Amino acid sequence: MATYSLNINGKSLPVDVAPDTPLLWVLRDELNLVGTKYGCGVAQCGACTVHLNDVAVRSCSLPVSAVGTKKVTTIEGLSEKGDHPLQLAWDEADVPQCGYCQAGQIMTAAALMKHNVNPNDKEIDKAMAGNICRCGTYKRIRQAIHLAAQKGGKS
Amino acid sequence: MSTMTVSRRSFLKVSALAGGGLMLGFDAMSKSMKEESAGAAEGAVFSPNAWLKIDSQGVVTLMAPNPEVGQGVKTSLPMLVAEELDVNWKDVVIEQAPLNKSFERQVAGGSGSIRSSWESFRKAGAAARQLLTEAGAKTWNVSAGDCYTENSFVIHKPSGKKLSYGELAAKAATLSSLTEAKLKDPKDFKIIGQRLRNVDTKNIVTGKSLYGIDTKREGMFYTMVARPTFGKKLKSFDDTETRKVPGVKNVVRWENKVAVLATSTWAAKKGRDALKLEWEDDKLESTTDHQEAFKKLIQQKHDAPKRNDGDVDKALAGAKKVIESTFEAPFLPHSAMEPMNFFADVRDGKAELYGPTQTPARSRTEVAKALNIFEDNVTLGMSRQGGGFGRRLMTDYSVEAAMISSIAKAPVQVIWTREDDMQGGFYRPTGMYRYRAAITDNNELDAWYLIAAASNQPNASRENSFPAGAVPNFRIDSHNLESNITIGPWRAPNHNFIAFAEETFIDEIANELKKDPVALRLELLDRAKNNKFGTVAYDVDKYKAVLKTAAEMGNWGKQGKDGIYKGFGAHFSFGTYVAQVADVSIEAGKVRVHKIYCAVDCGRVINPSGAENQIEGGIIDGIGHALFGELTFDKGVAQQKNFNTYKLIRMPDAPLAIEIKFIDTDASPQGLGEPCLPPVIPAITNAIFAATGQRVRRLPVSLMTFPL
Repeated sequence: MATYSLNINGKSLPVDVAPDTPLLWVLRDELNLVGTKYGCGVAQCGACTVHLNDVAVRSCSLPVSAVGTKKVTTIEGLSEKGDHPLQLAWDEADVPQCGYCQAGQIMTAAALMKHNVNPNDKEIDKAMAGNICRCGTYKRIRQAIHLAAQKGGKS
Repeated sequence: MSTMTVSRRSFLKVSALAGGGLMLGFDAMSKSMKEESAGAAEGAVFSPNAWLKIDSQGVVTLMAPNPEVGQGVKTSLPMLVAEELDVNWKDVVIEQAPLNKSFERQVAGGSGSIRSSWESFRKAGAAARQLLTEAGAKTWNVSAGDCYTENSFVIHKPSGKKLSYGELAAKAATLSSLTEAKLKDPKDFKIIGQRLRNVDTKNIVTGKSLYGIDTKREGMFYTMVARPTFGKKLKSFDDTETRKVPGVKNVVRWENKVAVLATSTWAAKKGRDALKLEWEDDKLESTTDHQEAFKKLIQQKHDAPKRNDGDVDKALAGAKKVIESTFEAPFLPHSAMEPMNFFADVRDGKAELYGPTQTPARSRTEVAKALNIFEDNVTLGMSRQGGGFGRRLMTDYSVEAAMISSIAKAPVQVIWTREDDMQGGFYRPTGMYRYRAAITDNNELDAWYLIAAASNQPNASRENSFPAGAVPNFRIDSHNLESNITIGPWRAPNHNFIAFAEETFIDEIANELKKDPVALRLELLDRAKNNKFGTVAYDVDKYKAVLKTAAEMGNWGKQGKDGIYKGFGAHFSFGTYVAQVADVSIEAGKVRVHKIYCAVDCGRVINPSGAENQIEGGIIDGIGHALFGELTFDKGVAQQKNFNTYKLIRMPDAPLAIEIKFIDTDASPQGLGEPCLPPVIPAITNAIFAATGQRVRRLPVSLMTFPL
């Protein structure tokens, strides 16, 4: 075991875990930030997506020892009041079915919109291709990203 | 699936809530339930199928009794109650109800939640409204007939006096009603038919919605389990290395499984992976074995046909032409995004279970059986669920958690990895379907003979499905191939494959007869109507209506414009008629689905936004599995273990456009979670034929190569 001081959602949080523990399980088991989901464990489905210094990463495949002092943002920290343009757009477009993958979808979309405030369909498809939704809400996800873009994009 | 009717003897039960509220439901409560509800704590929920709470502040709480797996029933079922109760939807609070023996159908399956609740849920709302109205009338000493309700108020029409439901709740709780309340005329509906958003979205998008996998309890151990692949038995195991992993606290064996209990998921996984397991071989099956067996079976008649109209042998023997095609279905895993998991705490002859299940009552029954304790000693709570698709109709994973907790004498949260989940069985069965059709000298379809064979599936078809009833000589034989690879219901069981096979075969027949495939279907439906050969499950006129609507929406008949080819597919399942046109092109050897036009008759639509979401999802799910889905076996071991080798559809492969049209009808609502998946498969494969001349007879489509 080893101790780390992680910078998560603007807070410095100490943890004592095995160095090879993926960030996902540190978030979920140690810090009770369970909004980040496990889906595959091999960086294929995107359910575990968080931001590392504003870039979307798959937390299931990122050992905690590699995080260092980098800024981690999870779905719980995406906005203070749950009013990120994408969160509002997801509601307006009535996107979720089971909802399990949606935190990861939103985190990927939010990272995209940090550098591309008005992505077209092709750019959205490319950025979102790493996130699986078995309920098949892709059409609405795409629509919600456009909606958020229309309303000002990044926050 | 069983259908639900409200017993005539059911009468309304009213009991006071703490703080002078009203709780109401159909009285079919068991004695213990009644005693509990007499305590009437906030959140006490005991009634068989539908109910609500109103507190003295006027907060209206509607209960959602059915498991929410993404089909939207946590929104749509309470809408039924709210409609008749006459409350403002914005003001209601929705709660997931716990498992309660009194509920008649707490199941997520068979596209049945709305279908089975349509009457009873509205009656519960209407009964409450009637009691509140009476309470108002008594307060003012006027006739209830002069009062009406609106937006959570009872209003005395002549005087304009009004009291809120909150103000009347205490009084209403003292009244009892033995008569059934009158339901609204559908033309007065204010909530049913409105486009309402999922009630949980705000929690989902902020990460606050808790799923089964998020369960945490004091003293709980994260647990992972080593399970045998198919046809293996555990001989022995060595946990020396496992016990060295920091955080691993215990290792227990249950039957052929070894469970590792730890203080974190990661430690449990590392410990599980460090087990040295010795297996004993039993019968090890491979996909090639199944295929060989199916090939033999589909050449054989079955002694007990599922349907046998006329004489197919005679018709085939005397035919001008016989068309024959064989279709192959692979195993499919469910791939719910939330892998299987369950919490269990078994101690002192009692068990507490919590987790994602589509069938909480059956889970509780099976857990009680496995533990050999009375069902009353098992409590089972339902979490929100990251998809189900039929996998969570199985009870293996809740029973497993209970047994491990019982043996380890500790609370456990058993978590399956994706690899565990994909290799864990209960798949959509594999099968082979051989169709033969006889064409007469007059170019008419005279016989249809299906011999099906599928794994652990004694009835691999639906014998009353179209075109049964439209063909004078019609026979279905179904052979069961016993296998130790477990199968289970998978979104639209049977339908998810027979729609592809039947509708492709009809397309082939049309092509052979040089008839338009939609025209051929309409012609056959007319034959079914005028000259019905035996029982059918479908209504000809409803079927024809969706065919015509989809054809019109999809500009049917224009092939090849701008490289776009069209395919048609239709199917009836779970009470719902669906027809679809697919726009497909082949680009650089790759199938691209551009647009789906979908006509649906599902009866009255409760929530158009939720309904369209189910349709869009079913279509995209169907396209994905048709294009890519295939699980194969080598000596009992699944060859695809995770999403890097088993491909699920991703956004770039999903169509940009899905156009939906509901048939306008006052008929009772029917199923919607499943019926839109089956017909999209033949719609795209028939379009692929139109584009390339290549018939898709074996799924997935990705097994084929197309011209570059």
